Amino acid sequence: MFKPTKGSKLMIEIGLGHYLTLGAIIFTIGVVGIFLNRKNIIVILMSIELILLAVNINLVSFSIFINDLSGQIFTLFILTVAAAEAAIGLAIIVVYYRNSTSIEVEKIDSLKG
Amino acid sequence: MVNLNLIFPEIFISLSTMFLLILGAFKKNSSKIIHNLSIISLLLIVILIFNNQFESNIFLFSNSYVIDYLSSFMKVITLIGGAFVLIISTRYLKVYELFKIEYSILILCSILGMMVMISSNDLMVFYMGLELQSLPLYVLASFNRDNLKSSEAGLKYFVLSALSSGLLLYGCSLIYGFSGSTNFNIIAESLSNNEYGLTFGLVFILVGLAFKISAVPFHMWAPDVYEGSPTTVTLFFAIVPKVAALTVFIRFLYVPFLNMIDQWQSIVIFLSIASIIFGAIAAIGQNNLKRLIAYSSISHIGFALAGLCVGTNDGIQSSIIYILIYLVMNLGFFCCILMLKRNNQYFENITDLSGLSKNHPLISLSLLIILFSLAGIPPLAGFFAKFYIFKSVIDQSMYFLAIIGLLSTVIAAFYYLRIIKIIYFDEEKEKYDDDHSIFLKISLTLSTLLLFLYFIYPNKLLEIVSKINII
Repeated sequence: MFKPTKGSKLMIEIGLGHYLTLGAIIFTIGVVGIFLNRKNIIVILMSIELILLAVNINLVSFSIFINDLSGQIFTLFILTVAAAEAAIGLAIIVVYYRNSTSIEVEKIDSLKG
Repeated sequence: MVNLNLIFPEIFISLSTMFLLILGAFKKNSSKIIHNLSIISLLLIVILIFNNQFESNIFLFSNSYVIDYLSSFMKVITLIGGAFVLIISTRYLKVYELFKIEYSILILCSILGMMVMISSNDLMVFYMGLELQSLPLYVLASFNRDNLKSSEAGLKYFVLSALSSGLLLYGCSLIYGFSGSTNFNIIAESLSNNEYGLTFGLVFILVGLAFKISAVPFHMWAPDVYEGSPTTVTLFFAIVPKVAALTVFIRFLYVPFLNMIDQWQSIVIFLSIASIIFGAIAAIGQNNLKRLIAYSSISHIGFALAGLCVGTNDGIQSSIIYILIYLVMNLGFFCCILMLKRNNQYFENITDLSGLSKNHPLISLSLLIILFSLAGIPPLAGFFAKFYIFKSVIDQSMYFLAIIGLLSTVIAAFYYLRIIKIIYFDEEKEKYDDDHSIFLKISLTLSTLLLFLYFIYPNKLLEIVSKINII
């Protein structure tokens, strides 16, 4: 796909594997961010966005390397849904903040057992 | 040109949702009329589905949407479940001043998502349906927005559900990349070559789906969300999305991934055993009825998964019967919880049931039948549900699974019997209000009778379900 041009011998050929690795790394950062973060719910929201972005990178690179458009269309759908999800998430966080006056993850413990 | 007649139910429900939303925005104090109209539209859609050819097997939109017996049947169940939830929730919502237009509209939206999900034959359509189903559910969980517990339930449900959607999507992207298509049928054809990427994708998708039906070890959201959300919303959570998610589980396992049965079978067996055992043990120490029903639903989902992992049509049919009977039992149980009202306050702890039989013999009798049925004691319907599951499991000589299931049923019987002991033998408390709405009474009577009289004529249900042949 991305063949190096004649003049630049130092350029590495970037293949599907590199894109998938990038996607996997971002995905892992997102998942780990949700579980390790003890401070703030907003960080969780950002981690969820990261997970969805990793999926998008995966889908787009697959779509180019197997010459099939549906991956890119899937990405557009995911982007829209991610926006809606972030909106609802923020709304819920605002509602929660009004009731508890704190958005620290460690203090979310009124329900347990 | 696609034959749009066949998706008329979906078109109708989306148009009526939009219409009701606009009506609610422009007409003041219209929550009652919108509530009634949405119940009517749900029932109308049931008729519309029956009006289509029920036993057809049609693919629409370049094979991305399938109308077959399984999808029509499960859609009807979903719609009827949703209608019952709306019918019995009026009084509760009015007491807590939650009777707003958004409630029924959100439920309609979520049911539309479930219908799309049930019929999906393509990863993209499936994902859109899933999100359309879960976005309204986040809002519904935090519907009592001035209440700390309710908003916390919504927050927890949002975070964990969004995480599970992310995992599921990652699985979808891997499956798409390694099979070259998002269509279930094409995926099924190209799965014969064994690639690690496909196995990874399968595992991610299974994890995401297990989150949605709250199977152990992905159950941690269920007890908190069930306890925190308003009781009628908990009822909705407990019955309707479970039906839709189980259908999707069936379709995923048996349409695109049928060739990988060796890979997923052990995973689903693990999910099933873990859910059965955990649900039985963790419920023992609970004091809140909603929390208890959350753990009991985890254990019941384990049984339904046991029917799915055997890989035969018999197993699928028995788990569909199981989820139906589970739905009726939960509906009855929640009707009883909704009857525990005194001075404009609802009670939901086990101790509030103490001595119920002295003041309310009829409610106690129904609770007795429902709890015995949940525990699986013959001749009630819950026993038959478990019986079909065990039969199909033993037919495939998976004795270990059957033994674990039987032992956990005995453990689970303990906490159901404990509630019955509290109802019948403990000291009585103050009387509860008697002015229940007629629909609540009818629903409770209906579900109790169904559970009690099922053994007289079980053939009809078996006959209906036996037409579901996936493999």
